[in-house]
Amino acid sequence: MLQITGVSRRFGDVTALADVSLEIRQGEFFALLGPSGCGKTTLLRILAGFESPDSGAVTLDGEDLLGRPAHRRPVNLMFQSYALFPHMTVAKNVAYGLEREKLPKAEVRSRVAEVLEKVGLTSMAGRRPQQLSGGQRQRVALARAIVKRPRLLLLDEPLSALDKKVRAEMQLELKRLQHEVGITFVVVTHDQEEAMSLADRIAVFSAGQVEQVDAPVALYERPRTPFVAGFVGANNLFSGRACSVGLAADGLGVLPGSSDLPDGTPALLAVRPERLRLDGGQNGEGVLKGEVADVSFYGGVSHVSVTVPGRAEPVLAATQGATPIRAGARVSLSWAAGDGVLVPQ
Amino acid sequence: MTRSTVSGAAAASRSRRSRALGRLIFLGPGLTYLIVLLLIPLALVLSYTLFRRGRFGGVVYEATGENFTRLFDPLYLDVILSSLRLATIATVIALLVGYPTAYLIAMLPRKWKTVALVAIVLPFWTNFLVRIYAWIVLLSGPGLVNSTLGELGLGPFEFLYNQGTIVTGLVYSYLPLMVLPLYAAIEKLDPQLREASANLGARPARTFVSVTLPLTLPGVVTGCLFVFVPSFGNFIIPELLGGGRSIMVGNLIRDQFLKARDWPFGSTLALALIAVLIVLLLLQAWSARRA
Ligand SMILES: Nc1ncnc2c1ncn2[C@@H]1O[C@H](COP(=O)(O)OP(=O)(O)O)[C@@H](O)[C@H]1O
Ligand SMILES: [Mg+2]
Repeated sequence: MLQITGVSRRFGDVTALADVSLEIRQGEFFALLGPSGCGKTTLLRILAGFESPDSGAVTLDGEDLLGRPAHRRPVNLMFQSYALFPHMTVAKNVAYGLEREKLPKAEVRSRVAEVLEKVGLTSMAGRRPQQLSGGQRQRVALARAIVKRPRLLLLDEPLSALDKKVRAEMQLELKRLQHEVGITFVVVTHDQEEAMSLADRIAVFSAGQVEQVDAPVALYERPRTPFVAGFVGANNLFSGRACSVGLAADGLGVLPGSSDLPDGTPALLAVRPERLRLDGGQNGEGVLKGEVADVSFYGGVSHVSVTVPGRAEPVLAATQGATPIRAGARVSLSWAAGDGVLVPQ
Repeated sequence: MTRSTVSGAAAASRSRRSRALGRLIFLGPGLTYLIVLLLIPLALVLSYTLFRRGRFGGVVYEATGENFTRLFDPLYLDVILSSLRLATIATVIALLVGYPTAYLIAMLPRKWKTVALVAIVLPFWTNFLVRIYAWIVLLSGPGLVNSTLGELGLGPFEFLYNQGTIVTGLVYSYLPLMVLPLYAAIEKLDPQLREASANLGARPARTFVSVTLPLTLPGVVTGCLFVFVPSFGNFIIPELLGGGRSIMVGNLIRDQFLKARDWPFGSTLALALIAVLIVLLLLQAWSARRA
């Protein structure tokens, strides 16, 4: 439905977007994930028409989007800072977009009421934005954007200004809303957990480039670039060269992994902490042996960091619940070959 | 126990007293200035409104209300009304010219903003009278404009000494005072609000009317006041560019004191002028509170 082809944008000597191509499907909840400053906002601003790319093309339903002025695009943006009109009430803010469509007054009123109901702000209709909490403002911004029933809704870090608890609630609400209204959502975030929990597909950005586009599970289990392996979720990364049974790691010997990379290719082996098995004592026939440096208990899981001779950073293992292992214990670490993912370097 | 409370109360009252003293030290110079140079002369002038004129100036302390009835003499009322009209026209023109100027400056890249703002206040570096005389030189019968037009076979025109010239002079003199508060208001406006408006389907004109203008209204009101106040009481510009007739209330007041030697009536006119300006200031304060 939305086709982005070879879009580039530079600001002076900063490359905000470098040859970005993406295809976003009808009705999809799509996330753009990447660290701060990697060009996510710039891409949304290009889609909304506030910025134009140096090169590249964007089509929506096969029609060129870049040639249209911002106010004539069937695309609504929910701003990172919400950008609510401070001199208008909540209801006026939400009605603003509909009034521009010259709809009959009665229809505007009923649609505003309907959408305020949907986001749970009916009782706030007469308030000004300054009189609302962060979570309420965020919902006004959302209501204002969806009331237009756009083909495409862009959300720029919609939840980043909220505290953790409200954020979790709003994530669920966003997802429910997207189901209900059936609009294609493109949400920008730098929070990988948020992207994972919300999106049908995720595009991971780094320094203006698309690293990988995949469903959350595939992204987590099969990272295809070192950046994705390091950025999405916690990972233990070992560098070395691919070999038939996994990776010949620098200074650690052969580590099990599965790959279709040609032997000798420089590669990273990525193993998730929760896929590592920890065995106490010296006798285990683990892949790596080391000493426990630290144990931290997080309630549901415990993180055990293990110093392994020949490796600078500790190896991180996650276990279910509390663990009897204490700092200073000698342990061996092992994992199934299928849990070691090889990523070309 | 009791002693400690008592001494605590004493300490509190001592610190309150020293704070009051501190305030007085800081307020002192400003207050003295206001009282000696503004309030006392003002009270004096206002008290004159109640008395008869002296033969050669000054006042005779005989109470009378005739100064106020004279205000409504069509002769003087006309002058007051025409001052209001000229100041209003000048303010409206300054707003119409100043808003786009301020808007453009606010949109410039940062380093050009500074250059443009300096250019706006640059005229203030030259003496006001000199700048008004410069207009006479430009616009007079054999002046620069007429001689240039003459080369083209046009004119000569009589540009000077009419109400249009006065308005031109007022706009020229006080335009910077319009641009600066407008610039401050526009600059402060979050550009994303304009983008949000466009994103919701508003054409640029609609965005201006519904978002930019209402949110910069305090700047508009301040700018209008900054232009209107000095225009309304101005006597130099109407004197030099308006041909010296008593067209504006400023000239009238000046003439009452210096030529007609009617101090009480001059004071009454001054009181009327102050009253109009106070009403405007109250309106501005009220609109600022609402925004
Ligand atoms: N208008 C601009 N002028 C100059 N540099 C900009 C502008 N907009 C963005 N950039 C730069 O482009 C890069 C990407 O910015 P942005 O798209 O906002 O990143 P993100 O939203 O992913 O944090 C950043 O380095 C930023 O400084
Ligand atoms: Mg951003």
